Order: sequence, then structure tokens, then C-alpha cells
Amino acid sequence: MPHLATYVALVDHSERTLAESLRAVADGHARQADVFHTCHTLAGWSERHREDLAPVVERYGEQDDVDEPERLRADALTSTREGEIGLLRDLQDLHLLATLVHSTWTVIAQGAQGLRDRQLLEIATSSTAETTRQLTWLTTRIKQAAPQALIVAP
Amino acid sequence: MVDRITDIWGERTPHPRGTVWPARVDLHLEEGVAEGDVERWVQSACLLCSNGCGADIAVKDGRMVGVRGRAGDTVSHGRLGPKGLYGSTPWASSPDRLTRPLIRKDGELVETDWDTAMGRIVEVSKRLLDEKGPLSHGFYTSGQLFLEEYYTLAVIGKAGLGTPHMDGNTRLCTATSAAAFKESFGADGQPGSYTDIEHCDAIFLYGHNMPETQTVLWTRILDRTRGENPPRIACVDPRRTAVAEEAIRTGGVHLAPRVGTNLALMNGLVRELFVHDWVNHAWVSEHTIGVDELRETVDPYTPEHVADICGVAADDLRAAAQVFGESSGVLSTVLQGFYQSHQATAASVAVHNLHLLRGMIGRPGAGVLQMNGQPTAQNNRECGADGDLPGFRNWDNPEHVQQLADAWNVDAMTVPHWAPPTHAMQIMSYAETGSIGFLWISATNPAVSMPESARIRRILAGDQCFTVVQDLFLTETAQLADVVLPAAGWGEKTGCFTNVNRVVHLSEQAVQPPGEARSDLDIFLMYADSMGFTDRDGAPVVKWRTAEEAFDAWAIVTAGRPVDYTGLSYEKLRGPSGIPWPANAEHPDGTDRLYTDGVFPTDTDYCETYGHDLITGGAVSEQEHRAMAPGGRAFLKGAPYTPAHETPGDDYPLLFTTGRTVYQFHTRTKTGRARSLNQAAPDAWVELSPTDAAELGINEGDWVRVESPRGAIEVRARIGRVTPGAVFAPFHYGHWDPDDLTDAEHRSANELTMTVWDPVSKQPTFKTAACRVTRLRAGEGPAPAPTNTASAPAPGTPTRAPATGGGAATSSHVLDETPHYALDPSQEI
Ligand code: SF4
Repeated sequence: MPHLATYVALVDHSERTLAESLRAVADGHARQADVFHTCHTLAGWSERHREDLAPVVERYGEQDDVDEPERLRADALTSTREGEIGLLRDLQDLHLLATLVHSTWTVIAQGAQGLRDRQLLEIATSSTAETTRQLTWLTTRIKQAAPQALIVAP
Repeated sequence: MVDRITDIWGERTPHPRGTVWPARVDLHLEEGVAEGDVERWVQSACLLCSNGCGADIAVKDGRMVGVRGRAGDTVSHGRLGPKGLYGSTPWASSPDRLTRPLIRKDGELVETDWDTAMGRIVEVSKRLLDEKGPLSHGFYTSGQLFLEEYYTLAVIGKAGLGTPHMDGNTRLCTATSAAAFKESFGADGQPGSYTDIEHCDAIFLYGHNMPETQTVLWTRILDRTRGENPPRIACVDPRRTAVAEEAIRTGGVHLAPRVGTNLALMNGLVRELFVHDWVNHAWVSEHTIGVDELRETVDPYTPEHVADICGVAADDLRAAAQVFGESSGVLSTVLQGFYQSHQATAASVAVHNLHLLRGMIGRPGAGVLQMNGQPTAQNNRECGADGDLPGFRNWDNPEHVQQLADAWNVDAMTVPHWAPPTHAMQIMSYAETGSIGFLWISATNPAVSMPESARIRRILAGDQCFTVVQDLFLTETAQLADVVLPAAGWGEKTGCFTNVNRVVHLSEQAVQPPGEARSDLDIFLMYADSMGFTDRDGAPVVKWRTAEEAFDAWAIVTAGRPVDYTGLSYEKLRGPSGIPWPANAEHPDGTDRLYTDGVFPTDTDYCETYGHDLITGGAVSEQEHRAMAPGGRAFLKGAPYTPAHETPGDDYPLLFTTGRTVYQFHTRTKTGRARSLNQAAPDAWVELSPTDAAELGINEGDWVRVESPRGAIEVRARIGRVTPGAVFAPFHYGHWDPDDLTDAEHRSANELTMTVWDPVSKQPTFKTAACRVTRLRAGEGPAPAPTNTASAPAPGTPTRAPATGGGAATSSHVLDETPHYALDPSQEI
């Protein structure tokens, strides 16, 4: 099962990237109080997904050296952009990262089904549900920020 | 002769369960005026809280000189409270009324004429529209305008300009009420009725200090708790209020959760209903969706776990749940203790969950009253001056948007519906960067009432945003404006407003406004005319000139919506009582309570919202909503408790919370100018528990400094009835003072509060901030806090504080025969 292990590693990595990026965006746009608080909350979810996954990672062993999905790895946002248009772009970056997390969990859930690995399936299902909520919030907030940022922002 | 400062609620008229509330007519006239001197009585309703008590205005020599309750009014049965009696009229003849427009010249506000003032506004408005388009415009209104004014402004904003940036200070007081209704029932609309008080056997008040916020409603409850087969009261409040005392007296429960932990408490109560099977399974399966998820969500909240989080005894939680679970009719009321606290919408929705699980909704005695703070907050929500679409329409539903575009004869693309409406705090944040460059503020004082008020003042004073303020007085906010417009107030103009119980009242003009002051409606019309907003055929977008025409235009757009006004007219509203909507051909006399058939406005094509994630505020999509097929069933929605955004630590070890007192309203624009009221609560204070005070070496009346990471106030300390660890400050006091107090610069409670809001309702969280308190010096005597309210000294503390009193004379008499109230279930044959 080298590929499943690779995907377990990948989801672990992308949840970490997402969590770090959420925290970076929270702090970078702290003056937007809702962005600050919600991004920190959502980062907590991603961190919890990783904790839930830890025993599975141990069971499968993290296969970090398989080439192919390497290209799927995204880097965390370390710095954020300025102003309303900057917030919009940062939120879009988060959306991309969360989409990667989401599809990776989907792949893992399929694998877990095939292997009848209940523990992994449960983790994948509950994590996917929360990733969906992260994406929903990002979409909502992007919609809210877009008109002002595109048309009038200084 | 009754002093209603001492005797806040007046004479009792106790009566048994299921019988009509007797009528008692309260009256106050200013000193030197006798009843026989009054030349005219003009029909209206009190505008000093959301209760909307029917009142007639006394007029003599062209002045308003007092008020009298209307015996036939369904809301109040003739009663008025201290604010209404003493505070309704004195402000109007106050010498510091604004009587001419002001314009900023070389940094100073100077008097000018209307044409110059409006000319300046229109010039800036047109320039910005050309340069940046409608998103450069924002409007921040109030909970104190009339329905006709909100609707007119909504049409200007949505059909004329096309800006989504409209909100009211209702965001600060009542947004959560609307949001909670929408999440549970699909649309805004108060389900219950005040008549539930006569028929229930338990009343739960959640974060609602009703004896001080809606005194007449509390009088109605007292007349039941002091009558035969009284209801039991349950109180959720961190202070030992009169509600808490009544809870103990009636064999109910007082739960005093730690500030910021309401949702944990509510989840605990909901869990108890499941555990003891106090659930109406048949009703739940027919009329709700989501019960299994809810059961799972609340499962971890055992009484012991809740006790840990909230600091409430596990057995008290059990006892409260038992009262809820075993009563035959429960009425719940909710206010700021929930709305302005952490996880506001989720906690308020949990109140609905309790009622839905027991099927306790839609019949006399079983109801929910999500309260409002301000008198006309309801209309702001209905008419869409708060950013929602008029008539509880769904901005995410193209069909609803088209209905409005057709009614206004404009392109649907003009109507801002592409994103959620911009809430007040976001508007301020856009104004901060200049992204909104034109901000129009009507009848509200954000420089005192918004959180982190130093920041708000900076935004309003800056050059990046042109600010228009329209008000009765040169408020703290008006002083920062570029143009100030003098407005006519209550009794100086005609219009309607709707109380928290859906009751619509007509308020007629009694006197002329002072000087050149104009009604808010006339001001908005003048702006619309000068801007030349037109519809598709080149006709003016705003097609009315009078309040009555505006009302009729409004009624038309409510057809077929939950908030149906089509059966109402000025003529009809001139009857003995206000009338609760929906009123239409089917219900010509209005409707006492909603959802009597257990059918809720949740159908995907009909609802006002598809709903939100209660934790993040993420919006549910139309497809997701349709997939759930709610089809008239209510939503049971739960969410886990999360700790507040700011919790006490080493630097700021105490929890700061704000609130109100019975004798003042909002930033005291009116009540501060009424002698009887103002002398009862003349200056700010802060309440500390005896334990914390002892630890900090603070005595009653000492000057203390209360500090949060954002700011500080310096006020006198009352050793009072808050729970240990909590610090309470009234938010009414800014730097304006009727007696020109020299120390009035450092007392605005909102210097300390945080810029943070509920994810769904976007209501700012005024009630949870961390703070520290230090003693500055000894005071000259006891704190200036009232002694006969929740701010009374802690039992057993020697304060030498004089008893609060000294109100002017009022009269009150109980009618031998109670009038007939059209929809009262106690009088149905
Ligand atoms: S309860 Fe409210 S509406 Fe009634 S008189 Fe008092 S302030 Fe006015």
C-alpha cells in the first residue's frame, strides 16, 4: 500500500500547510476582526484533523519519498498581502489549499473503504465534513469582500 | 400621585391564569399643567423601548406637555413605565435642539441654510458616484426612525444608488433576534405574543433584564406571578436582577453562568430534555428537521460538564430543565445577555430548540419572544434599511430580487444582491480606509454606542470619509460630521412603527418641529429629489411625498410575504389599538401569534435565508437547502460551545460586561434631558462583587480605573450584585452631560469593548472583554447608581446610598371594566 501511505502523508502535510496559512492570514489581517477569529478557529480544526490522523500515520508509516504526488504539495502562505484586494487574494489562496485538502481526504476515504479500515474511514469522513465547512466560509467571505475590493478599494 | 422613579412598575393588578390582563391608565403631565389644561390628545405610542406602549400625547400651547396610556391598546392596556412617562416629551423643548443645518468650514461647524447643506451633500455624493460608483456610499441608521423613513431610505439605497452598505444600530441591539429566527424558522418574525403571559405556567428569561428594559411587559408578568396559579420564573443572568428574585420567589431557578458561556448552558438544558424524554416525538418528526444531529451535538454537555464551564450548580441546571420539561406552557424571552454575548446566534437558536423539541410554539402560553432593544428596530429589519431586502426577501433568491425590481421599476442588476448585506462594523471598516467615502448617519450616536469607540471617533473625524449626521441634537457623533441636519422627532412628524410583538402603531404629528428642523422622511426625499434618481421610465424612483403614501407603497411590497401589511392603513390604525401583522384579507384584525399550524416559512422558494453555519457564518447554498427539503419544517440547529475570544488572564483578570439601567435609554439623548430620570441615574458607575472589591481594597463610591487592552474608564464603584469575577458597566454615558460634569470624558463603557461580532448575526460582542480594575481614590459618597434596580448594593453591604426616588408626580387608575382587545385569547368566547 505504498500509495495510500503517500496520501496519508500528503493529507497530513496539506492540513499542516492549511493550518499555518490560516494562522498567517488571521494575523496578517487582524484588523478584520472576523477574519482574525474565524481563521484561527478553522486552523484549529485542521490541527485537530492531524491529531486524529496521527495513529494512522504511525500504522502506515509516513512515506515521504514517493515521487508523484510531490507535485501536489503546496507551500504555506508565510506572508500576507495588504488591504482589501490583498485580503481577497489571500482568501483565494486559502481556498486553493483547502480544496487540495478536501480532494486528498476524498482519495483517502476511497482507499479506506477498499481496505475496510474503519478508523481511517471515520477520520476521513469527519475531516472532509469540516473541510467543506472551511471552504464554505471562504467562499462566503470571498463573495463579501470581492465587490468592494475590485471596484472601490483605494 | 405616584412617584414612578421609586415605584418603577406601579400598582399591581393581579389576576388568575387564563384571564385578561386588567387595564390601568397611567398619566404624566409636566409641572404646572393639569389634565383640564390639555388642549389636544394626539394618538401615538411610546418610542423609548421596543415594547411600544400605546400612548396619547398631551398638547398645550403648541408644545408636548405629557403622555397618557391608551387603555384599549393591546400592548400595554393603558400602562406606561418611568421612561415613557418622564422621558417622552421634555427633550423636545430642550434649548439645545438643532434648529438649523450645520456645515464644516475651516474645521468648524457653522450654521447654514438647507440648500447649502444639501448642495454640499449632493455635490460629494455625485462626485463619488462618478468616480467610484455606488459602493462608495454607506448609510447607518437607527432603531428610532419610522417605518416610512426606513422604507424610503431602503428604496433610495437599493433602487436609486444600488449600494449594499446599509445598516442600522439595530445591528448592535437586535440583529441576533432576526438571525436566530431565520436560522430556525426560515424567516424573521416574532412567533409568540404578549398574551402568552396570561396562559403559560413557566416563563424563562434569557439574558433579559426585563424589569429595567421593558418595564410595562414586566408589569404584565408581575400581575401573573402575584395572581392565582402563578407561572414559575427561570432566570439566566450573571446579575441578581429583579427577575432572579422573582425566580426564587415563584419556586423557579436563577442560573448565573460565567460571562461568555451561554451556549454551554443551553446545550446542557437541551440535553436534559433528551435524557428525560421531555420531547414531543410526533410533533418533532412532523414539524422539524435535524433532531439526530442536535442530539449528538449536545450529548457531551452533561450537567457536571456544564457546571465546570459555566460555574452553575449541576442541580440548578437540572431543576431549570425540569421546569421547562414539565410545564404545560412555556414562554421564553431573550435579550442582550444573549444577543451581545459570545456565540449569540447559536445560544438564541438553542432557545428555539427547547421549544421545538416540546412542540411549545404557536398556541396561547407556549411561545418565544426574541426581544428587540429599540422601539423601531423591527421596522429597520422589515424595510431593509439594515441591508436585508424589504419584506423578508432572500437576497440569494433571484425571484425575490426580481419582485422588488418590478415593484420599483428598475433593473434587477441595480438592486444589490450579489453579496450579503454589509453589516455595521464592516461599513465602519470600509469608512476607515476611505473605501466608503460618503457615510450618512441618521438618529444614532455611534461615537458612544459602538465598540472600541475611540476608533469609531477617529474614523468619523478623519478626512478619508465625508460624514452626514442627521439628529435632534449635536451629539458626540454630530460634532465630528461634515454636514449636520436638524431632524424632527417623535410627535413632530407622522409615521408608523412596529413593536417587538409585531404590533403596528400609528404615531401622529402633535406639534411643529423647532426652527428649520425637518422630518427624516422629508430629508431623505430632498436628497432623492436633488440626486434625480429615476426608474426605467425616467420617473422618480421614490414615488411618494407623504408618510401615508410611503406606508401604502410599503404595504404593497409586503403582499405574499410573512410580514404582510396589506390589510393595514392609516385609517385602520387610528382605531383603539395597534394591530399585529400579518394583516390581510384573511386576517383583517391582524394575527396574535404565528405558526399555529406548525408550518414555518422554510420552503426553499419562500424562505428569507438558506441558513448559515452557526460557528463560521458560512452560507448554506440554495442547492444544499433544497436537498434538505425543509418544506415548512423548522430547523433544529446546534453548535458546540467554544471559549470566548477574550478570556481573563494575568494582566486582565476580570470579565467586563456592559448593560443598561431602567432610567436611561441608549446614549441618553432623550432620557438625559428628563429631570426625573436623569437624577435617578446621573452618572456612570461600575459594579463589582463584594469578593473582588475586598480583594482590590475598593469601597463603595471609590473612584476606580477599569482598563481593557483597548481603553479605560474612570468611574465610581458600586459594590453590587454581579457574580465574582465579573465587572458590569452601563453603556449610556458619553462625554455629553446635561449638567456639564467636568469628569465626563472618561466614562464611556465602549472604550473597553472589543471589535468582534457574532459570525451569523454580525452583532458586536459587547458583553465579553477582559479587564482589570484599580482603585484611584476615595469618593465623595456612594456611587451614583440607582439603589432599587439590579445596580442595588449587594445585600448586607453598608453603603449609606440614599434610596433612589424623587420622580415627579404621575397618576394611575385601574379601570373597573377591562376593554375588549380584538385578538386576546382570554376574551375569546
Ligand atoms: S415599557 Fe418601553 S414603550 Fe412602554 S412606556 Fe416604558 S419605555 Fe415606553
